[in-house]
Amino acid sequence: MSKRVVLEASHAVAEAVKMADVDVVAAYPITPQTHIPERLAEMVANGELDAAYIPVESEHSAMSTVLGAAAVGARSFTTTAGQGLELMHEAVYVASSHRYPIVMAVCNRALSSPISIWCDHSDVMSCRDTGWIQVFCQNNQESFDMTLWAFRVGEDPGVMFPVMVNLDGFTLSHVTEPLMLPEQAEVDRFLPKYEYRLALRPEAPTSHGGFGLPEIYTEVKFSQEVALRASRTVLDKGWKEFADIFGREYKAVETYRADGAKTLLVTMGSLGETAKMVVDSKREKGEAVGHLNLRLWRPFPFADFREAVKGVDTLAVLDRCISFGGPGGPVCSELRAALYDVDNRPKVVGFIGGLGGREVDAETFAYMIDRGKEISEKGSEYLYEPVLVRGLETGTGVRG
Amino acid sequence: MARKELTNPADVAWQDVELGAVVTTPGSASVRRTGDWRTEQPVLHKEKCIKCGLCWLHCPDAAIIPLDDGYFEPDLYHCKGCGICAVICPKKAITMVEEVEQ
Repeated sequence: MSKRVVLEASHAVAEAVKMADVDVVAAYPITPQTHIPERLAEMVANGELDAAYIPVESEHSAMSTVLGAAAVGARSFTTTAGQGLELMHEAVYVASSHRYPIVMAVCNRALSSPISIWCDHSDVMSCRDTGWIQVFCQNNQESFDMTLWAFRVGEDPGVMFPVMVNLDGFTLSHVTEPLMLPEQAEVDRFLPKYEYRLALRPEAPTSHGGFGLPEIYTEVKFSQEVALRASRTVLDKGWKEFADIFGREYKAVETYRADGAKTLLVTMGSLGETAKMVVDSKREKGEAVGHLNLRLWRPFPFADFREAVKGVDTLAVLDRCISFGGPGGPVCSELRAALYDVDNRPKVVGFIGGLGGREVDAETFAYMIDRGKEISEKGSEYLYEPVLVRGLETGTGVRG
Repeated sequence: MARKELTNPADVAWQDVELGAVVTTPGSASVRRTGDWRTEQPVLHKEKCIKCGLCWLHCPDAAIIPLDDGYFEPDLYHCKGCGICAVICPKKAITMVEEVEQ
């Protein structure tokens, strides 16, 4: 039987890592991720978790260390945020290219400068094309659940990719709320022992990270691309098994009160909870409004997304990242691209907000719905509209 | 020296790439002909050689082979033609000669 506990999301992630019985943890503390490695170090020190906790001098070393651990077949975990993810960046690609199923929790944080320790999604968006499986969490329970799921699906022989579990810095990482913790026996049933066929060992030598001449590099990268997309079936299977054992259901694209909805608010991460509250109040007033939570960011769930927005007129998308000089927020741009060849597609209206920890409140979401509908009907000269920018006239935005 | 049969990377389709492009044949780098990167090749003048072995010691690609008679010869299958052996040789017993089309 699961038990109800009260934990902040950071400690929930640490519990999941412990219950996954990892072999190696290497991490460098950085706000707002600090509580995760701190708790894991404590667990290793007091004997709760039988793992090697390797303190490192930087995030680049943290990723490099878990790469080494993964090469010998160790179940490995690291975690970072914001600038730490950027310092780690080049090694992040190596994990997916080597097909090491490392799990990394990213407590999403804005990027310098100015220095900000607070949440937005600029950090992970720089990792969009690193080839990792990437999921977002809306609350503490999901932070626990996705971490456990990440080990299960990443290590599946049909996947073998690293998984990035994104949880909003502070909003989740430092917020305490109730969640259900499963029993170890249930976790063991969900997560089998990990076997890595190509692990470094003297009796069957292998070389990892070889030189790729021009005549082979393209084939290697294409095989990686095909494999990442093909992993989707296992990701879904993992969620199905999760639901069977733990009773909580997850999907790549999740909708809330979307039946008959003509307008959907689209979010990734913890703001989904606020958006759903606004949907409730709009529904009470009789408006055909729903919410779409994009849980899976990579591989992008094209078919699920197109299916979920059938019959919808307007998508009001909130991005927590600026793509400087680009076509709009990264999420908005990708949703537009996903719908380009679809007939009768909804109008995708882009908003950018919630940068560097700026609150996005219920009134702002309500405004996004109203403004989205207006733009859907009358059109707009703007690529996107930033919300809550002092000095910017409401209803204006950035031109292409 | 007998060369082990190895699949030419130019013949590998994407479906046949090993997981993570891991190399499962140990020592396979030795079968790669890096000698064709060369623009100059080392030529040994045996009469000047004093068998000191400095060329063998300094070669960054282990492409100087010690012989049973105490002399050394360049392994042109692997030698990339960097010229370190010619520079380090105290007797100028190795000279670098431009490669010519066969």
